[in-house]
Amino acid sequence: MKPVAFKYLKPATVEEATAFLAEYGSEAKILAGGQSMMPMLSMRIARPSVLVDINEIAELTYIRAADDAVAIGSVTRQRRLGDDDLVAEQVPVLASALKCMSHPQIQNRGTVVGSICHGDPAAELPAVAIALGAELTACSQAGTRTIPVAEFYRGYYRNILEPDELVSEVNFPAMLPGCGWSVVEISRRHGDLALAGVASLVAFAGEEIDHVRIACFGLGKAAHRLVDAESLLKGQRTSSELFQEVASLVSSSVKPMDDSHASAEYRRALAAELTQRSLFEAIERAKQGAAS
Amino acid sequence: MNVQSDLDSRQVTVTVNGKQESLEVEGRTTLADMLRQEFHTQGVRVGCEHGVCGSCTILFDGEPMRACLLLAVQADGHEIKTIESMADGNKLHEIQEAFSEKHGLQCGFCTAGIILSVSELLERCPEPTDEQIYEILGGHLCRCTGYQQILQSVRLAADMLLEK
Ligand SMILES: Cc1cc2nc3c(=O)[nH]c(=O)nc-3n(C[C@H](O)[C@H](O)[C@H](O)COP(=O)(O)OP(=O)(O)OC[C@H]3O[C@@H](n4cnc5c(N)ncnc54)[C@H](O)[C@@H]3O)c2cc1C
Ligand code: FES
Ligand code: FES
Repeated sequence: MKPVAFKYLKPATVEEATAFLAEYGSEAKILAGGQSMMPMLSMRIARPSVLVDINEIAELTYIRAADDAVAIGSVTRQRRLGDDDLVAEQVPVLASALKCMSHPQIQNRGTVVGSICHGDPAAELPAVAIALGAELTACSQAGTRTIPVAEFYRGYYRNILEPDELVSEVNFPAMLPGCGWSVVEISRRHGDLALAGVASLVAFAGEEIDHVRIACFGLGKAAHRLVDAESLLKGQRTSSELFQEVASLVSSSVKPMDDSHASAEYRRALAAELTQRSLFEAIERAKQGAAS
Repeated sequence: MNVQSDLDSRQVTVTVNGKQESLEVEGRTTLADMLRQEFHTQGVRVGCEHGVCGSCTILFDGEPMRACLLLAVQADGHEIKTIESMADGNKLHEIQEAFSEKHGLQCGFCTAGIILSVSELLERCPEPTDEQIYEILGGHLCRCTGYQQILQSVRLAADMLLEK
């Protein structure tokens, strides 16, 4: 359980970091909070010859208001999602996601962006980011580009970043006024990675569902949106028949893994149940919001 | 720019339990190994070495973190506290007293990490709810106690610190 020897680089700025990545390319790996990377290094699942540690890049630690959005720098720790006023006001679903995740001791070091980049199929933040329509800013010496999280993943733990790219920021659009939200999951113990989970956002216009976003985790190779389920709900009034129809659609459309933690069949059953629970909770919150 | 020319070692300056020291460490050495081997703070227990058990938990700039998931080189310029910082000579810290009083430990392997996590909780939040205590304890595995005595120990520690 000891990492292989590597060259350790500690850039102080984004410019230095992208220069290192340009120099070493696919030999290099980025170290953010290390809460996934360090276990992979210790188990020698990852054997980079160069490690670019971004933790001392002071300019990447921030949570700030952007145009109708909350921008979070890539060295910002997950724990801040739980105590930041701007997050509580504009994207409260992020604080709910944090409550389902790991433990404070992990969140004190793990970064918001690191979790999204790592892309564990069972992780909460990628799904919530997709439901919110979040975007990543990736930079390299060639320039910067914006990548919607919904288009970021390519299968298990794979994403479309080039070896010389660093994600500097994630941008979460502010939730609509009166929008209800929910993140629910089933895990063996609180704080373990989820067997399956569903995140949803729901807003009403009068009695009808006007805006709905549903994304799932632990139910495929990566977190993803459930667009067909959303279409069934949009413009409708709520009813238990409708929820059951949506739940069975979700259950039959997801492609969960079959592993030592749970069978695919069990995960499909969870998908149906969790979709309903998540919608109920989001709708409850939307109605409370409208009442207050 | 901070480039390490030699693959193997790098100079770091770390404050461990209030004492600043400079030393050479290999890039791949974990903070847990450096603390045990170079600083002889063997209260830093190493159980799983991949972040799950919590026995290696230390305070890094005051916040509880896994020492097995940090590199020694990352401690450069930072302040580390281990369980060895808690007692004052032979006088135990209130949290340690409370664990002793309420039988919050049996083998003790998990205890150092738990006490450090609890010390940060009680500093931030002197009158924690049970839910807040559970949240912190969730980050630590204990194979002996069944957690109930630990919960009672934390409650007693909170009372003792409030009375101080
Ligand atoms: C005990 C334990 C329990 C956990 N439970 C959960 C849980 O319930 N839910 C959950 O979601 N996670 C959980 N995790 C994982 C944790 O949330 C990690 O913090 C997270 O997955 C990775 O974030 P990090 O900042 O630590 O990134 P790192 O571990 O440093 O990096 C992860 C990967 O992302 C890449 N990367 C990181 N930052 C960037 C960047 N800015 N640009 C490009 N690439 C980047 C790295 O190169 C690496 O490949 C748990 C971890 C532990 C140890
Ligand atoms: S040894 Fe670090 S968490 Fe288990
Ligand atoms: S006292 Fe033995 S593991 Fe906790």
